[in-house]
Amino acid sequence: MSAIHAPAVPENLTWTGGSEPMKASYGKLMMWFFLLSDTFTFSALLVTYGMIRFSNNAYSGAHEAFFFSTTHWPIPDKVFAALPFLHGVEAPLIFVGIMTFILIFSSVTMVLAVEAGHRGDRADVEKWMLWTILGGFTFLGSQAWEWSHFIHGPELTLAAKDVAGNAIDGANLVRNPYGPPAFADLFFFITGFHGTHVFSGVILNILIFFNAATGVYERRGHYEMVEKVGLYWHFVDLVWVFVFTFFYLV
Amino acid sequence: MASHSQVTEEKVIAPAQTAAIWKTFWILLILTAIEFAIAFTMPNNRWRVGIFSTMTIVKAFFIVGEFMHLKNEVKVLIWAVLFPVITIAWLLVALLLEGGAHR
Repeated sequence: MSAIHAPAVPENLTWTGGSEPMKASYGKLMMWFFLLSDTFTFSALLVTYGMIRFSNNAYSGAHEAFFFSTTHWPIPDKVFAALPFLHGVEAPLIFVGIMTFILIFSSVTMVLAVEAGHRGDRADVEKWMLWTILGGFTFLGSQAWEWSHFIHGPELTLAAKDVAGNAIDGANLVRNPYGPPAFADLFFFITGFHGTHVFSGVILNILIFFNAATGVYERRGHYEMVEKVGLYWHFVDLVWVFVFTFFYLV
Repeated sequence: MASHSQVTEEKVIAPAQTAAIWKTFWILLILTAIEFAIAFTMPNNRWRVGIFSTMTIVKAFFIVGEFMHLKNEVKVLIWAVLFPVITIAWLLVALLLEGGAHR
């Protein structure tokens, strides 16, 4: 499975990416190292999550008897236990699981688009890019629902109490009905930063689809742009795999 | 475009390498399903966190290796990406141990 490279570039273009160090094109290398720097950013967020989480009290009682309180860190599957259109149904982590599946699947359709690009199969590239875009929008929609549900908060009888003993109605950056304020802050920052990445990924995918559909890559003779944006899209999926584990499961 | 007929003359290639892609997809799906099963059956302790972390790294290996084709790049590029990531993992472990998270 060797990558398709741009046609040979004259000597005078050596320092503008012509000579392909590491046998990968300039653009692909830049994408790899951009993704590496993005890894640092996301790692910083997850390190912060770990630090803040472990410096807060953990809930020590039985899982069934868990209650929301600002004095201990909430158990994720008690917070994220709702499904759209099924109010009151306890379905811990099912919705996040569906979101994970959507993103993994859109990663598969992306890699199928890249594979079609290798074969120069324009119709297949268009088809799989459209599926990838659809997957991206579905994920964003799911996240919008998840956010609005999170902000709205649980039933007031279940919500954590503030210092004055009143139930906290709704989540924001200052207070939330699930646990310490930092819990919602980290939820908004980590899933929000990831969601921003998904959003820019969808925009890039649409651009790639547009270029493929108008024959730009066919005229250029290779579909390397699909590969580069594919790298970005897989990275977004990869980050979600980590967010899923360390924010929702652990 | 007008050039379309030309291109179809040049290359009519069968969809070849999708088998490996779908295999990777099933592996990722099954691993996620197992994570779910563990999340609902096993009490939360450091072993469970260890299992989740290991499975996440295995999933990352498949996504980066197969989907992003890092497996097929030259060794220098693989290590140029991998080495900084390994130092981050080291930092993470160091912070958790020094911070007393295991206690």
